[in-house]
Amino acid sequence: MAETLKDQQALRLVNIEKYFGSVCALKNINLEVDRNEIVGLIGDNGAGKSTLVKILTGVYPPTSGDLYIGNHKVDPRTYSVTQAYALGIETVYQDKSLGEKQALWRNFFIGREIVHRFGFINVRKEKEIAREIMVNTIGFRGRGITVDSRASKLSGGERQGVAIGRAMHFEADLIILDEPTVALSLKEVRKVLNFVHKIKEAGKASIYISHNIADVYEIADRFIVIDRGEIVAGIQKAEISLKELDEFLLEYSHGLKDKAGQ
Amino acid sequence: MSRMKFRLGFLGRLEGLPIGIVLAVLYIVFVFTAPSVFTGYRIYMSFFQTVPPMLVLALGLTFIITAGEIDLSFPAVVALAGFVFTWVFKTFHTTWGAFVLALAAGAVVGYINGLLVARLRVPSIMATLATQFFWYGVTILIAGGLQINIDDVIPTAIHAIFVGRLFGVFPAQALWALGLTVLFWFILNRHRFGEAVMFIGDNAEVARVMGINVEASRMRLFVMHGVIAAFAGLLLTLEINVFYPTQGQGMLLPVMAAVFIGGTSIAGGQGVLVGTFFGSYIIGSLEAGVVATGIGGYWVQLVEGLVMAASVILNVVIGEEGLSALSRAARKWAVPEPPDARPRSRGGASG
Repeated sequence: MAETLKDQQALRLVNIEKYFGSVCALKNINLEVDRNEIVGLIGDNGAGKSTLVKILTGVYPPTSGDLYIGNHKVDPRTYSVTQAYALGIETVYQDKSLGEKQALWRNFFIGREIVHRFGFINVRKEKEIAREIMVNTIGFRGRGITVDSRASKLSGGERQGVAIGRAMHFEADLIILDEPTVALSLKEVRKVLNFVHKIKEAGKASIYISHNIADVYEIADRFIVIDRGEIVAGIQKAEISLKELDEFLLEYSHGLKDKAGQ
Repeated sequence: MSRMKFRLGFLGRLEGLPIGIVLAVLYIVFVFTAPSVFTGYRIYMSFFQTVPPMLVLALGLTFIITAGEIDLSFPAVVALAGFVFTWVFKTFHTTWGAFVLALAAGAVVGYINGLLVARLRVPSIMATLATQFFWYGVTILIAGGLQINIDDVIPTAIHAIFVGRLFGVFPAQALWALGLTVLFWFILNRHRFGEAVMFIGDNAEVARVMGINVEASRMRLFVMHGVIAAFAGLLLTLEINVFYPTQGQGMLLPVMAAVFIGGTSIAGGQGVLVGTFFGSYIIGSLEAGVVATGIGGYWVQLVEGLVMAASVILNVVIGEEGLSALSRAARKWAVPEPPDARPRSRGGASG
């Protein structure tokens, strides 16, 4: 069947387009992500990165095009956040991953509570698993943070750690990180990058979106450059050094201006 | 040692503790200043009779405020539900049918509030202010502005069940209100609906990306509050055996005060139902208490204002954080911390 994917692919987008009214936000997006591959998505503000993320996670439907996740062809009309979870896509957002005033154990299971009959939450079990994730998956040790701590007590990097740990616990095959390090101190950024390395070690795939070329370069196996709603380049890490990538992006943005002037 | 830790930690997390202390202090003061009244049981039976409708309303409002919304229309539901009950009872001589229809009327009002707030995105303070006027208007219009006596409801089972006197003295509605407090505590703190309400009040965008159906949850919330308010209206109507078209008016601010002095924050994201329970009894006891002390009726509002201000300040200053900080400190006095176990300041996740 044409719809069956090669086994090593976590995600495939075919000719995805997205219009908001008559405004074209994404055009001709063709993208494949292999299992256990980390793809760095690079682009300026307004390039369409966030729109792409929202399509992948089921927040918006695409206007046209096909979306394959794992071995499934997804029907864009019924695709939703819940279905994205079911198909193994998890997202870590810049700032909207955790409920600030809520205990960490609630933050781990929000939207996917472990429940008894009639929808009452199995608090004991949720706390047990949350504790397990905190110690073993993300390596929080001691330091006064427990599963009962409120998310507001955590530093920015720790919050992203919780969000990444949550994604890994729910057996995500593909973890999308949408600007996870914006507004963090350098030390906190380092922590987040360490968490992302754990995604790779665990054999999962990831799409890492950032403005910071150095971070993307460290993390990703392959870079996708997106501009004005279109993919304009795809480069393997082996083919390019950080300096070259940086120069390429600079040249590219100048080159584009030249082309526009022709 | 670890048992000690557990106990102190538990104290810190005890819900509604500050406001419970305020209630206890208040009653102790009343016992000393008005001993003839407050050492007898009658005054307490009278509170158990008058506070429950307000408490039930406050429970529902706690959910609404936890979700980051507000509902000003519930006093009108108190009137509408009272009318529906008395009218159906008078016309068809059915008590349970009247009861169900009155709750359904509350659900309809809640559903319309939900449509306005969740679907059309009208800010809830504006939407429910409008519906408050509208439903009072509807009630007065169809009732012709008249009150309806239903003395013949007294011998019925529904009257005995909801507002009867256990052992001849204890008002049944106090048990209903207590039972609902326990039920709603479990719904808010232990049910996935309650968790959704808290996350929506905390940050609706987080709730949405985590897969919660924000719109449907808000709808359910307003319908639930409509039904709760209708039930409160029924307790009121059954207790006094009369419907009057302005019933419920004047309950808006005391009920809001009960929620806020209970420790639920206007910012949303957290609801303290135990605090609401104590807060309702404080608000409901103040007037009678102050009058009983004999300092004169003109003092009532002033003392009410002082107690409310003190409670709110107490909640803000030594609220949940403060108490847990206190229990941490107490733990340190009991078991000195090793020198290197510093409180978290450099973060705990270094891979």
